[in-house]
Amino acid sequence: MKTSAKPKTTFAALLGGAAMLLAANGASAQTLTVVSFGGSYQEGQSKALFQPAAKALGITVREETYTSIADLRLKVRANAVTWDVVASGSGSAARAGAEGILEKLDYKIIDTKDFLPNFAGDYCVGGDVFSTVLAWNTKTYGNNGPQSWADFWDVKKFPGKRSYRKGVAGALEPALMADGVPADKVYEVLSAPGGIDRAIKKIKELKPHIAVWWTSGAQHAQLMKDGEVDMITGWNGRFDVIAKDGAQVAYTFNQGLLDYDCFAIPKGAPNRDLAMKFLAEISKPQYQAEFTKYITYGPTNKKAYELGTIDAAYARRLPSHPDNAARQLTINLDWYIKNEAAAAQAYENMLTE
Amino acid sequence: MTDIAAPNAEGLRRDAAAERFSLFALCLPAVLLVLVTMVAPVAWLFYLSFLDDAGATTLEHYRRMVEQPSYFRTFRTTFEVSVLTTAICVAFGYPLAYFMAQLPRRAANICMIAVMLPFWTSLLVRTYAWLVLLQRRGLINTWGMELGLWDQPIALVHNLTGTLIGMVHIMLPFLVLPVYGSMRAIDRDYLRAAANLGASPTQAFWRVFLPLSVPGLLAGATMVFILCLGFYVTPAVLGGGKVSMVANRIATDIEMFFNWGAASALGVVLFAVTLLLLWGASKLVRLDKFLGGGA
Repeated sequence: MKTSAKPKTTFAALLGGAAMLLAANGASAQTLTVVSFGGSYQEGQSKALFQPAAKALGITVREETYTSIADLRLKVRANAVTWDVVASGSGSAARAGAEGILEKLDYKIIDTKDFLPNFAGDYCVGGDVFSTVLAWNTKTYGNNGPQSWADFWDVKKFPGKRSYRKGVAGALEPALMADGVPADKVYEVLSAPGGIDRAIKKIKELKPHIAVWWTSGAQHAQLMKDGEVDMITGWNGRFDVIAKDGAQVAYTFNQGLLDYDCFAIPKGAPNRDLAMKFLAEISKPQYQAEFTKYITYGPTNKKAYELGTIDAAYARRLPSHPDNAARQLTINLDWYIKNEAAAAQAYENMLTE
Repeated sequence: MTDIAAPNAEGLRRDAAAERFSLFALCLPAVLLVLVTMVAPVAWLFYLSFLDDAGATTLEHYRRMVEQPSYFRTFRTTFEVSVLTTAICVAFGYPLAYFMAQLPRRAANICMIAVMLPFWTSLLVRTYAWLVLLQRRGLINTWGMELGLWDQPIALVHNLTGTLIGMVHIMLPFLVLPVYGSMRAIDRDYLRAAANLGASPTQAFWRVFLPLSVPGLLAGATMVFILCLGFYVTPAVLGGGKVSMVANRIATDIEMFFNWGAASALGVVLFAVTLLLLWGASKLVRLDKFLGGGA
C-alpha cells in the first residue's frame, strides 16, 4: 500500500545495520525477521520502531520487504514461513486472519488499554493511523474548498473533475454520507439489505464527473500534483508530502475514514513468542510518538500524544489526534470481512457499466 | 535386382529410423523445456480454476463469471481494445511498411531504426511519457490552448483514447517488422509483368502486391492482437480505471480476494476464447489462397 521507491538501498542499508547489530550482540542474540512495505515508510519504521525495540529487547531484527499479503499466503501454504512479524494494512490483515494464515495475538502480553477503540484486532495490532480524506486543488477552489462528502457530490456548487478509488475499500462510506446518512449510522445502513446498492447508486450519480479511478497512493498524489483533477479521495500522508513539494492541495479530516496499518504474526512463525514481545514493545507510546516524525500518520496509542514529544502544532495535523478523530468515521473491519467480496463484485459491475 | 535392393532398402529404413530417433533426442531438451515451462503451468492453471479456497472441486469461479456482468464486460473491453489497436496498427503500419519497402536499402534501414527506437525504452517509461504528454495540463493540451486551437482541455487520457494511443505506439513495430519483411521478399518482376500485361499501378498493387503481402500482414496483425489481449500496464496507467482488461481483473482478483481459482478461471477463459479466435482466423487465412498469395 505505502510502497515507494528505493526498497533496495534501504534493504541493503538495513542488512548492513543488522549485521553490525549482530556483531555487537554476539551470536547468542535471538534474531527476529520483520517484513514491511519498504521505501520511506519502512525506513521510518526501522528508525523509530524496529531497531530501537530490538536494542531494548537485546535481540537482532532482520528486515525484509514484500508487496502484499498474497506473498505471505504462499509462504504459509508452502509451510515455509521465515517471517516473524508482518506489517500490513488493516483490511488485508483482517482477511488474512479470517483465512487462518495469522496467529491470534495475545493481548495479555501486548498492552492496548490506551489504544483508540477498534485499533487492535484479533490478529493484528495497530501501528499507525491514516485517514482517507477529501482533498481539493486550492487553485481551483481557493479557500472555499469542499468540506463534506455532500460537497464532493455537489457538481453545481463545485464544478470540476473528480477522482475516486477504483477499489471498493473506503468507497461506499463517503457515498452514503453524501446521501445524508450520519457517520455513526453508515455501517448500519451498509449491513442492512439494499445498503450496498444505495451507496453504489449514489456513486453512479457522480460517475460522469469522475475523470480517473485511482488505484494507488502514488497515483492519487500524482493526480493532484499535476492538476489532473480538482477533487479527490486519498490518504492524508500522501497529500502532505506533495504539499511540501509545492502542490496546490488541501484536505479536510471532516467525515474522513480512519484506518490503520498494523503488525501481525504469520501462522507458524519461527519465533512466535519473541514476536509477541516485540509487538508489545513497539506498541508502547514512546515508539509511536517517534514514528510520527517520519510521516504524518498518527499513533494508535493515545498516550503517545501525552508524552510531549510530538510538537503540539504538528500533532493537530495527525489523523488520530483527538480533535481530528472526533470528526471521522473509523473503518469497520468486521463489515469488510463479511461483505467485501460481494461489495467488490457490485462495485466492479458499476465500474464496467 | 529386387534381391539386391531389398537389403539396401532395409538398411536405408534403419538409417532413417536411427536419424529420426537422434533428431528426436536432440529436440528432447527443447520439448521438455516447453512441457515444463508452458504446458505444465497451463494445465496447472486449468486445474486451479476448478478449486475453491478449501481445495474442493467447484464450478463457482466460472459461475461467477456468468452471473456477474462485469466479467463479460471486461472480456468485451479486452477484445474491443485489442481489435481497435490491431486495426489502427494496420492502418498506420501497412502504409509505413510499404513506404519503407520502396526506399533504397540504406534509407529503409534508417527508417527501420526509427521504428525500432521505441523498443529500446522500457514500456513503463513510454506509458508514463504519454501520460505527461496527454494529461489535462500536459504538453499537448497546453500547446493546443496556447496556440488557440481549442480552448478547453481535451480528454486525451484516462479513457479509451489514451489507452489506444499508448498501445498503438507500443505495438506498431510488431506489425511493421513482418509486413516489411514480406514486402521486401516480393519479387519486383511480378509488378513489372503486371504492368507489361496492361495493369495500371493501382491495379498492380491491389491484384498483385497486396495479395502477396497478406501473409506478412496476417502474421503481424495476429501477433499484435494476441499481445494486446494480455496488456496490463498501459490500460492501467492510461485508461484512468475505465478501461478494464482481463489482465487488470486478474490482478484485482488475486490481490483483493487472495483467490488463485478466480484468477485462473479468467486466464483459462481468455486462453480458450483466444484459441477459438485464432482457429477462426486460420480459416480466414485461406482467403489469401483465394487472392493468389500464400507465397
